[in-house]
This record gives sequence, C-alpha cells and structure tokens, in this order.
Amino acid sequence: MTEMKYAQAVNTALSDAMTADPTVILLGEDIAAAGGSFKATRGLLDAFGAMRVRDTPISEASIASLAVGAAMTGVKPVVEIMFMDFITLAMDALVNQAAKARFMFGGRSSVPMVLRTPHGGGLNAGPQHSQCLEAWLAHIPGLKVVCPSTPGDAYGLLRTAIADPDPVIFIEHKAMYGRKGSVDTSASIPIGQAHIARAGRDVTLVTYGATVHLCLKAADQLTHEGIDVEVIDLRSIQPWDQQTVLASLQRTHRLVIAHEAVQAFGVGAEIAAWAADTAFDELDAPVLRVAAPFMPVPFARSLEAQYAINTDRLCDAVRRSVA
Amino acid sequence: MGVEIDTAKLLSLYRIIRTIRTVENSLTKLFADGEVPGFIHLSVGQEAIAAGVCAALSDQDTLATTHRGHGHVLARGLSLEHFFKEVMGKAGGVCGGRGGSMHVADMDIGILGANGIVGAGIPIAMGSAVAHQVRQTGGIAVAFFGDGAMAEGVLHETMNMAALWKLPLLLVCENNGWSEFSPTSQQFAAALQDIAAAFKIRYTKVDGNDVAAVIDAAEANIAELRLGNGPAVLECITQRVRGHYEGDPQKYRAADELASLSSDDPVTRTEALLHQHGIDAKEIEQIGAEIDALTQTAISAARADTEPTYEAAQRDVYTVAASRTL
Repeated sequence: MTEMKYAQAVNTALSDAMTADPTVILLGEDIAAAGGSFKATRGLLDAFGAMRVRDTPISEASIASLAVGAAMTGVKPVVEIMFMDFITLAMDALVNQAAKARFMFGGRSSVPMVLRTPHGGGLNAGPQHSQCLEAWLAHIPGLKVVCPSTPGDAYGLLRTAIADPDPVIFIEHKAMYGRKGSVDTSASIPIGQAHIARAGRDVTLVTYGATVHLCLKAADQLTHEGIDVEVIDLRSIQPWDQQTVLASLQRTHRLVIAHEAVQAFGVGAEIAAWAADTAFDELDAPVLRVAAPFMPVPFARSLEAQYAINTDRLCDAVRRSVA
Repeated sequence: MGVEIDTAKLLSLYRIIRTIRTVENSLTKLFADGEVPGFIHLSVGQEAIAAGVCAALSDQDTLATTHRGHGHVLARGLSLEHFFKEVMGKAGGVCGGRGGSMHVADMDIGILGANGIVGAGIPIAMGSAVAHQVRQTGGIAVAFFGDGAMAEGVLHETMNMAALWKLPLLLVCENNGWSEFSPTSQQFAAALQDIAAAFKIRYTKVDGNDVAAVIDAAEANIAELRLGNGPAVLECITQRVRGHYEGDPQKYRAADELASLSSDDPVTRTEALLHQHGIDAKEIEQIGAEIDALTQTAISAARADTEPTYEAAQRDVYTVAASRTL
C-alpha cells in the first residue's frame, strides 16, 4: 500500500502498464513534453521515449480514430482527451468505429484501446469544460465506461482497462487529481464490479466518481438523524454491477441515485428504470434521483454553486426516501 | 507509350480486375433479385486501382477502405466465398453476416475494414501506420478514399500527423469526380496536389484506369515508405460507371458523360495491353470463363449457406462480457 494522489495513481498505472507491455503507447495533446494538462503523464516521455509517448496535434477526431487503427494492428493505445467536452469531436471514432468493430467484423477483431478523459465541474471552467457526458457513451453497445472515485480504484481500473481487449472509456474528475488515497498496486479490480463505500441499513445511495465523496459526507450527516445510508460506488457505469445494487435493495428497500451529470436521460434514469422493472417488489418508496438540472454548467461561482448537487440536496432526497 | 510491365504480372493483374468486374456485375443482378440486402456501392470502372495498389503490398501491410471497397478486399485476397456469404448476409461470411457490403474486414490479411462513414478509414489507416512504426513490423498502411472524402476534416488532420511523424502511410485517392450525387468540382475548392504540397508530402498522380501505371506508382511510393521517408499521396484519376449506390438512376449525370465511360474501361484497356504482350483473345476468353465459373460456385455456396445465429451476434458485442449484470 502506498499513499498517493489521484493523478499520481493514474501516472503510476500508465508507467507500470508500459513497463509490463511494450505495445502500450500513449497519445494526446501536450501529454509528453508538458506532462499533460493535469500532469497525469508527467515523466513518462523521459521514461519511455517519444516513440511510445506522443504529443499529438489538436486533432481529437483523428487521435481517437488513430487509436482504433493502432489497436487493430497489435498496439494498445491509451489516448488522453484533455477535457471530456472535447469527445464531441471524437464521437465517430468511438461510436461508429471502436464500439462496433468487434461485432461488425464477426468477432474476428477487437479494439483494445483506452480513452482517458476528465469530466466534471467545480473549477468554474464554464459550459464547454465542465460536462459529464458518460451517459452518451454508456448508451453505445461495444463501449465500456468506468469512473473511479479513489486513487486506488484509479490505479486498479486503469490497469484492467489497458489489459481489456475491448475499448474502455476511463473517466477521471478534474477536481479530484489532487485527492490522496492508498494504492495497492497488486490488487486487481474487474470492470463491472461495484464497491460498497459505506455499509448501511436504511437507504441505498448509488453513485460513482467524485460524487461518491459527497454522498459519504451526506451519509455522515444523516447518522445524526438516525438514518443509516449504504453508499454504493459503481466504479463501472457500463457494464454496471446490478447484483450488488439488488443485494443492497433487498436489505434497505429504498433507492436514491446521485450523479453530477444532467439528470434527464442520464445514468440514474437507467438505474431507476431497471429498479422499477427488476426490483419492484423490493421497493418500499419511490426511486429518487439527485443530479444536475437541465441546463448547461454555468461559469460564475455563485451560479455553479447553485447548479451543482450538494450534501443538502442529497440529504433531502434520502429523508424523502425514508419518510 | 505506357509504363513497361512484365507479361506474367500483367496477366495476374488482369485476373484481379476481371474478377472484381465479374463479381460486381453479378452483384447487380443479385441485388435486383433481392438476394443482397441493404445498400451496395459498386466500383465498376475503378478496378485497376484496387488491383495495382494491392498487388504492390506485402503480407504484413494493412489497409482501410471505403463504402466502395469490394475491389480492395478482393484484390487483397479475400476469398470469393467469404465475400459473397458476407454481402448476402450468411453465417459463413467473413464477418458472420454482421457487416455486409459496407463493412467487409479481414484482419488475417490486413483489411481493417470497409467503412460506412466517408473518410473514416483514413485516420484508422494512420493508426495502423503508427502501429507498424512502433512495432517495427516493416509494414505500411494504405488508406483508400474517394474524392468526396477530401472535404472531410480527418483527411487534413491525418496528413498533418503522418507528415509530422513520418508515418509509413500511403493515401490513395480514387478520384472519380463525384462526391455521391454532386460533382466534386462543386464540393471542394482545393486540389489534392496542393494540399499534399502544403504538408510537404510526396504526391503522385496517375491515370487510375491504366493498371501498369498504377502498380508502377504504387511500387515506387511503397519502396519510399519502407525506407521511413514519411507518407505519400497517390491520386488515381478514374471514373464511376454505376451510381453512388446500386439502383441510383443517376439523373444528375449528363447522358453524353455516361455514354463516354466505356471508352476508358479498365477491363478493355488491360485486354488491349495484353494483346500488345502477345496474349490472344482466346486466352483472355478462357480466363474470363474460369472467373465466371469461380464466381458462380461462390454464389451457389453463399445461397446454400445458413442464416447467421442471433446468439452468436449477441456474444460478439464484447470480447469480455459483463459478469455482474442480471
């Protein structure tokens, strides 16, 4: 176990994967000489050289497509897209190419690529540098989507993602790079396996990414009111761990889903619909969601503070669930 | 006077050209009869480019092609049986009947796929070139694209990156003058030659219906690529005889343009070259008959093949499936 920051955990996972497998290469804007916008790739150019750690031009569409072609030709590319908002430019590569290649080519190929990208607000970065667009990608058969909340999970899931034969979107949070945690570099974390971040009896609170920490804070506050919240960190969004959530509902019979992304048509909508279908008999209360309103992420501090979900909104939802 | 070419090589190129033509002519009928579902886009009139470029490749090389890609995959060596089964949506197709005409791929022979998105194969081929460079395979990657794709941003991004990184990438433009239903002259303001020059990329233009010229230019460019001297653009001027898609009535094309196409046909032009090399009409007729028979055998096998199974399709969404879903 080593204590390290989230960005360092990403960096260590990349470095360890590159040491273990000479076909792993890194591509992205300013990732080599500059070490990445959030310094997640610092030092890797010196360690592995310019053939394997490549600064790309500002050409998101072609960087992502390049990864598809390289992955089909025996290389394992890890692409960094500087802000998740910029994946709009890479959607053909992800949706039409990477996601479909295995299926469309009769199972005779695979696309072992990883696309790392930070989502999320809280830095007053404005409408085009703050979005959480994971639901778009989780909607596409063929893509896997993970969103780790701790340095330990970031390390473990990134190693798993790089080793995975399918295309994996690895979502980081730009406000979390400085967050510290313990990392066990020998622990393997499978894609699709949730983690119970806090065990509780009364309400199941399902979340992922940086929102896990907000949910844990809300759960702590609610203990003073005698409400015992179970917080499930999904870690993987596609596929997501239905078994762990169902087992939790069989204990709590109440479900609240929380995420930073826009509520409408989001990850929470999918989980809520699944619960209505699969776990209807377990539920003693309506399923509630706590997520962003249907508007772009605003810039001004006061506006973004009002827009973002917070512990008050989480506590309100949990109280309504147990009322 | 054309480019010098060895008789045996010319004969083998003719077989490929004639095979592509025979296959696509049979597709016209199969499509009209409802035996080929979906959309198909024929490369009739452009076969010499596929034949010439693919004949210049080695085993380790890779290529990405387009929606009009039958010629490239056949020239690269995909078997007729696997091809027909795929475009007819049968279980034994090279892609198990999942992709069809627009998505024929075969990693075993370096075909990274035809593509339903115009221009999308270009950066995929670039990625393959990066892999060749990283793995030091000695291989090169080819991106086939049409002149309509010149307007796609990824071509320009790819030329930039390929030039910066000196990638072993051959960009082959099959310029037939048409961007789907519009003349490319009305769709694209620049010339490929000028764009290549802007990125300092080696550029060659050939008569794409002269197979000897195509293979000569392809071999010269590929030799340079293997030396690590960076990417090259090969623009092949050709003609699209059929519509954008099969069944397209082509009312947007002038009658005299359509009537003039036969004078530049790569099949008859290659036959004329064969005559100059002393191959008589009887021998050519015999080659044609052999190819007809092989094509009919493959079509019969495809007709007899089973429908794909839904369960097998479901299995291939992922290589490693979800384990904790219900």
